[in-house]
Amino acid sequence: MVGAKGKALRSRDHARVADIVLNTSRADQVEVAVETADTYLTRFANSEIHQNTGEHTTEVVVRSVFGQKVGVASTTSLDRGAVEETVRRAEDIAKLQPENPGFPGLPGPAEYGAADGYCEETAACSPEQRAAGVAEICGLAVKNGLVASGSFSTAAREAMVANSRGLLAEMRFTRANLLTVAMSTTGSGYGEQFSVCVGDIDPRQVAEEAVEGCLADAEPGDVEPGEYEAIFEEYAVADMIQMLAYMGLGALAFQEGRSFMSGNIGQKITGGNITIWDDGLDPAGVPLPFDVEGVPKQKVVLIEGGVARGVVYDSYTAAREGKQSTGHAISPLPSAGPFAVNLFMAGGDSSLEEMIAATKRGIYVKRLHYTNPVHPVKSLLTGMTRDGTFLVENGRIVRPVKNLRFTESILGALGSAELVSRETKLLPLYSLGGVRAPAVKVNRFTFTGVTEY
Amino acid sequence: MRDVPELKDALDLAVARGASYADIRVVRRRQESLSVKNGTVEGVSMSEDAGFGVRVLVNGAWGFASSSKLDLDEALRVAGDAVRIARASGAVKQRDVRLAPVEPVTGSHATPCKVDPFEVPVDEKIQVLLDADRLAREDERVRVSTASMGFFEEEKTFMSTEGARIEQKRVESGAGLSAVAVGQGEVQRRSYPAAFGGDFACAGYEFVEALDLPGHAEQVGREAGELLEAPQCPSVTTTVIVGTNQMALQIHESCGHPSELDRVLGTEASYAGTSFLTPEKRGKFRYGSELVSITADATIPGGLGSFGYDDEGVPAQRTPLVDGGIFANYLTSRETATRFGEMSGGTMRADGPHRMPIIRMTNINLEPGDWTLEEMIRDTKEGIFLDTNKSWSIDDKRLNFQFGTEVGYLIKDGAIAGMVKNPTYTGITPEFWGGCDAVAGRDEWHLWGIPSCGKGEPMQVAHVGHGSAPARFRNVRVGVGKW
Repeated sequence: MVGAKGKALRSRDHARVADIVLNTSRADQVEVAVETADTYLTRFANSEIHQNTGEHTTEVVVRSVFGQKVGVASTTSLDRGAVEETVRRAEDIAKLQPENPGFPGLPGPAEYGAADGYCEETAACSPEQRAAGVAEICGLAVKNGLVASGSFSTAAREAMVANSRGLLAEMRFTRANLLTVAMSTTGSGYGEQFSVCVGDIDPRQVAEEAVEGCLADAEPGDVEPGEYEAIFEEYAVADMIQMLAYMGLGALAFQEGRSFMSGNIGQKITGGNITIWDDGLDPAGVPLPFDVEGVPKQKVVLIEGGVARGVVYDSYTAAREGKQSTGHAISPLPSAGPFAVNLFMAGGDSSLEEMIAATKRGIYVKRLHYTNPVHPVKSLLTGMTRDGTFLVENGRIVRPVKNLRFTESILGALGSAELVSRETKLLPLYSLGGVRAPAVKVNRFTFTGVTEY
Repeated sequence: MRDVPELKDALDLAVARGASYADIRVVRRRQESLSVKNGTVEGVSMSEDAGFGVRVLVNGAWGFASSSKLDLDEALRVAGDAVRIARASGAVKQRDVRLAPVEPVTGSHATPCKVDPFEVPVDEKIQVLLDADRLAREDERVRVSTASMGFFEEEKTFMSTEGARIEQKRVESGAGLSAVAVGQGEVQRRSYPAAFGGDFACAGYEFVEALDLPGHAEQVGREAGELLEAPQCPSVTTTVIVGTNQMALQIHESCGHPSELDRVLGTEASYAGTSFLTPEKRGKFRYGSELVSITADATIPGGLGSFGYDDEGVPAQRTPLVDGGIFANYLTSRETATRFGEMSGGTMRADGPHRMPIIRMTNINLEPGDWTLEEMIRDTKEGIFLDTNKSWSIDDKRLNFQFGTEVGYLIKDGAIAGMVKNPTYTGITPEFWGGCDAVAGRDEWHLWGIPSCGKGEPMQVAHVGHGSAPARFRNVRVGVGKW
């Protein structure tokens, strides 16, 4: 088995599995996707490691097609017998179904852009290295009379997609993520860094951010819920962008009228300083050159200057509109719909200090917790603030306050965005992707409740 | 790889390299998912996975490693990895892990299953889904109808260096349907028997047949359409009657999770948070009114949170969490139970072979009262009846919650006075449960199966159950936010 441009596939196991599937298939079309992953996670709480795991996993997914009948089967075994059995099962499933007139056929061969999402240092990261990073965080927390919790994870994955139309795509990528919550008896602080390369992660910086935040969050007081100016750090903005993607930046929700983008392309839906796009090739994110169907990822501008511009597509949803997939399939089946997993929001020309200085009376929010849609078409979201909520008065932070619940239209709130930070921060988005977000100050944000701490 | 000598070799290697305790789980799973949407088969898939995980204690610290390659050489490699990882854990340690004793069991357990769902022809299942899906679209306001089934089988072998050897098999079945109506700038959904895939149980295909999706589809479509025309839920503080399906999630978020002792002791602090049910509250804190008794019961036949033994080899148990309104007990493991000098409550479960077991809910049940839903409504001068979960959120100590439901019905002078859309309600957990003044009886009690409870890093999804009956709560804030 050879890959694009005649090069031998990097993984001999993947090449062997692809050969087995393509040679034993009796379907009109067949696709095989193989992923091998080595993932490690060192988890700590109460300033000690309490869970420390390493896993080696494989998965083979076969999609068989007879006419417009589609069956999908998967196995975690790379043995010839198991792979052949999986092909047979996918074929049996497909044959028993009625035609799916919306199935456009498997994608054809493609060229792939350069997307360097792999770091040897991350792939080789040892349990001892992760423990050393955790020790640095716990040490600083304990020195300040605090308790540290968090996780340090590293992962290396290889993925391949091949199909009977000649498509062949392979990639390898790594991820490293270190996060911590520092807690006192009354407050908490947070720090997190995320990168393709573990060498980019500085445990000392993560620890200092969380410890300083926690010390500032001592003895939070009461504040009345209501409408405030609000400053959101990058963590909170990344959460909002992720929820926007979940609620309505994919073509399936858009086509079914369930999205805030439905019927609004070309219309202003939020603030003029809000631009959001998806780009799987940008090295400022966590690059992924193609999706689970092997379709190359296209850059898609979603919201530009507050105007709805477009949504992301997989093969199914693209065919419905006579378009090409933008490379955003997350499943070989259409039910999940496409998803934007390499998100960016444009930075502005401000800073957190300038945002605080520009606030007459507002709430400063470190991050959000347990956000969930209340009404997707209205981009209405609820959730809590967490790990540092502060009252800002007359241009300065005056005191920490207890965590607040919000119930608010995110696009409506961003519609009042007054300032956007120059600096942006890369954070993980679900298990594979990333979102790079700035901090934002909005003039109106509705907090609807308060908790006891 | 399930032979005893091979598994024992891996455990022996861990001990030879310094483990004071080790266990191994070999897990084989298969899953079938079927879904139809707007008259088209959206997807039928069958997945199989297999693998094993080795957990070791070295110098009082945990290590865990796993693989999907099932052979002896790999088992030995993975056991060695687990020991190395445990030694790294020991570098950042405040105290040694201690395990509460457990009698090593040699045994087996299987969940009840009358009709093997994997033997029912795929085309037969698809036809049921297509029928339900078609009927849900009888109302012309419905834009999207979906119907789905899911089946799951797991075979698990557990062995420990203490001498346990346990074989377990579980079969799960479930199904559901929903209709989404679109119009007038609104999108409204109704589902049966529950949202997010429906209802599930440890049972065979007979469970899906009893759900009778086609028999409920027209009503689901009609109600979705009616919601488009319904007025917005008012923003008031009032009496709320929570239906049995929404009650399942209320129990899940505001009692189940905060009762997990690992969370209470801080091990989930950086992810989903901690718990307001701190150790000094056990046995004396008033969690709810005297009518509120909540039990963790992993022994109920057919419950989605039922099993024979947990993933530490501890037998399934029934434990009161809230007794007559007083917080009584936690969900515990062998490690956490030592904090109270007790035996494990048997609630450690892992999501497949590649995850380390953590404390999970079993079947967390609101014990039935002696009212009926009809009596509650008749006895309510002004209020709202809410059912079928739509959205959920709770703070990181499990105090401030806010839920949305698919539908609300206003109650005036003891009778239903009309449907409202987009209902939400919010509260503080013990205040909310403290306002409970009526719980319906056994006849209206239902054990729901939720196959999607997320917890932990790396993420683990557990299959849990919640027995619940409609219940009434006073002074609840509904209609949150600007609409």
